[in-house]
Amino acid sequence: MTAVAQPVPATASAAPAAAAHPPALRDDLRQIAAWIADGARVLDLGCGDGTLMAYLRDSRHAKVYGVEIADDSVLQCVRQGLSVIQADLESGLRMFPDRMFDTVVLSQTLQAMHETEAVLREMARVGRQGIVSFPNFGHWRHLMSLLGGRMPVSPQMPYQWYDTPNVHLCTPKDFEILAARLGLAITARARLANGQPVNVLPSLRCKLAVYRFEPR
Amino acid sequence: MRFEEPLELASGARLGSYELRYETYGTLNEARDNAVLVCHALNASHHVAGRYAGENDEVGWWDNMVGPGRPVDTRRFFVIGVNNLGSCFGSTGPMSINPQSGRPYGASFPVVTVEDWVDAQVRLADRLGIARFAAVMGGSLGAMQALSWTIRYPERIAHCVAIAIAPRLSAQNIAFNDVARAAIRSDPDFHGGDYYSKGVVPKAGLRVARMIGHITYLSDDVMAEKFGRSLRTKDYAFGYGVEFEVESYLRHQGDKFSEYFDANTYLLITRALDYFDPARETGGDLVQALAPARARFLLVSFTTDWRFAPARTREIVEALVVNGRDVAYAAIDAPHGHDAFLLDDPRYHRLVTAYFENIARELAR
Repeated sequence: MTAVAQPVPATASAAPAAAAHPPALRDDLRQIAAWIADGARVLDLGCGDGTLMAYLRDSRHAKVYGVEIADDSVLQCVRQGLSVIQADLESGLRMFPDRMFDTVVLSQTLQAMHETEAVLREMARVGRQGIVSFPNFGHWRHLMSLLGGRMPVSPQMPYQWYDTPNVHLCTPKDFEILAARLGLAITARARLANGQPVNVLPSLRCKLAVYRFEPR
Repeated sequence: MRFEEPLELASGARLGSYELRYETYGTLNEARDNAVLVCHALNASHHVAGRYAGENDEVGWWDNMVGPGRPVDTRRFFVIGVNNLGSCFGSTGPMSINPQSGRPYGASFPVVTVEDWVDAQVRLADRLGIARFAAVMGGSLGAMQALSWTIRYPERIAHCVAIAIAPRLSAQNIAFNDVARAAIRSDPDFHGGDYYSKGVVPKAGLRVARMIGHITYLSDDVMAEKFGRSLRTKDYAFGYGVEFEVESYLRHQGDKFSEYFDANTYLLITRALDYFDPARETGGDLVQALAPARARFLLVSFTTDWRFAPARTREIVEALVVNGRDVAYAAIDAPHGHDAFLLDDPRYHRLVTAYFENIARELAR
C-alpha cells in the first residue's frame, strides 16, 4: 500500500516522496508522515510504542523525539533506539523552548487531553507547525448509535462511555472553529475513511481527521 | 595501577603520582570497543560486581546491574570499576602516605572534583588501551562523572547512562552535605583531619554524617512503610535512647559505615558533589555546557527521589534535546527514593537491559 492520501495540495515543502518500502502504518500516521519534510526535527506527543517515530527516522531521516507517559511504551521506544522522554504531555511540552521543532505531532490523543486549548497553544509555540489527528465523533455510524440511544463504540473510538480516556471528542468542524479561535491557521486537512480521503460529505463519512496548522 | 605523570587538579593543586585501584569483568574484544566504565557514587568503590574467589566478602555494589545475564551483561561487555582519587578503597586518598612527608596526607590531601576524577579515569582508559567507551555509566555522583565524560571527552564515549542525576546540587543538597561535614569536623577525634597518627577515628561524627545522608536517600513513603512509628521498646521509655525502629535502623547504618569509611574521604566526596556544576563555566547555561557532548544518552530518574528529583534530571534532558542529542529518559515510579538506583526494580532494569542490548547490536554491526 503506497497510496498516500493528500487531499489538500498545500505547501510544496512538505511534499512526501513515497518511501520505498513503507512499513504498515496506521492511516492517520501515514497521512502525518506525508506532511513531514525530510530531515525535519519532529516532536511526537504521546508517541506510544514509537511506530511513527521509527518510520520518520528510518524513511525520512527525521530527528524525532517522543513524549510518552506509559512505562511499556517507553520501553518499546528504547528497544528501537528512539529518543523518548517519559512525561505527561502538558509538562513534557513545557520543557521545550519556542520553535524548537519543525513539526509537533499529536496523533489520536487530542480527544483525551484535559487542557485541549493549552496543548494546542503549546504545540504552536514549540513547533513551526503542528499536526493533530482525532476520531470524528460526527461519523454517521456514531450518530446512528446515538439515535439508537447508545453512546457510540467504534474501531476508532473503542471504549465504553464509563471506561474511556476520551474526554473531549469533537468533529472536524468543531476543531476548525477552535483552531480559528486560538489563532491557528490550518494549512492542510485530510479526512479519512479506511485510509482513503473522503471528499463527499466528509463531516458524516470520515472516520479520522488529520489537520496541519501553524500559528498565524 | 600506578601513575607517575602528575595530575593537574581543578583547584590548581597537583598530585605528583597516584594509584588507581580498579577491577574488570568480562573480556575486552578485539576491536577494543565493548568497554563500559562504571563510576561509583559517594561510598562505593571499584568493586562493582561479584564476590572475590574464596572470600565471603560483600558482593559488589552494583551486582544486580553488572554481571553475566545482568542488564550490563559481562558476557558481551568489558566492564571496568574504578575507585576514585580521594576515596578510601585502594586508590590514593587522604589515608595514603604522602611521599613528600612520609606520613598520611590527612587534611593536606587536595580537594578533588568530578572533573579531576574523570581526567584520572581517562588515563586509566589510556593504559588499558581503550580509546572510546561503549558506555560510561553511574548513579547519583557516578552519573555526574558519566555526564562530565560527555563534555570533557566527547570523542571517547559513545553512550552515557546516567541514573538519578542532577545537573548541580541545590542549596538544600549542599546544606545536607554541610551538616554531615560539620558532624565529622566537630568530632573531637577528628583532629583537623590528621587523626591517623593519633590512633583514633572520628567515628561519632562519621556516624551522624551517614545517618543524615541516609535519610536523604530514602523516601518518606518507604520510611513510613519500613518503620512507621514502630517502637523497639514495649512503650515509651521517656528517655533519649533508641526507642523507635527508625532510630535503630539509622544508628545501625551509621555504625556499620563508620567502621569502614574514612572521614576525610567523606568530606572530600561531599565537596566534590557540592562543586559539580558543568554550567558554571557557561554562566549557568546548561544547554551551552552540554554543547560539546556527542554521546547518546539514557537517563533515568525515580519519582520518589527527593534528593535528585525527576525535575532535576529533566533539566539535563531538556538541554540535551535542545542540543539535538539522542536521549531516552524514563521516570520510574519506584517507592524507594534516591536509593532506587541501586535496587532491582524490574521496569528500571528492563530499560537498562534494552538500552545495552541496542549498544551490543551496534557493536556487532
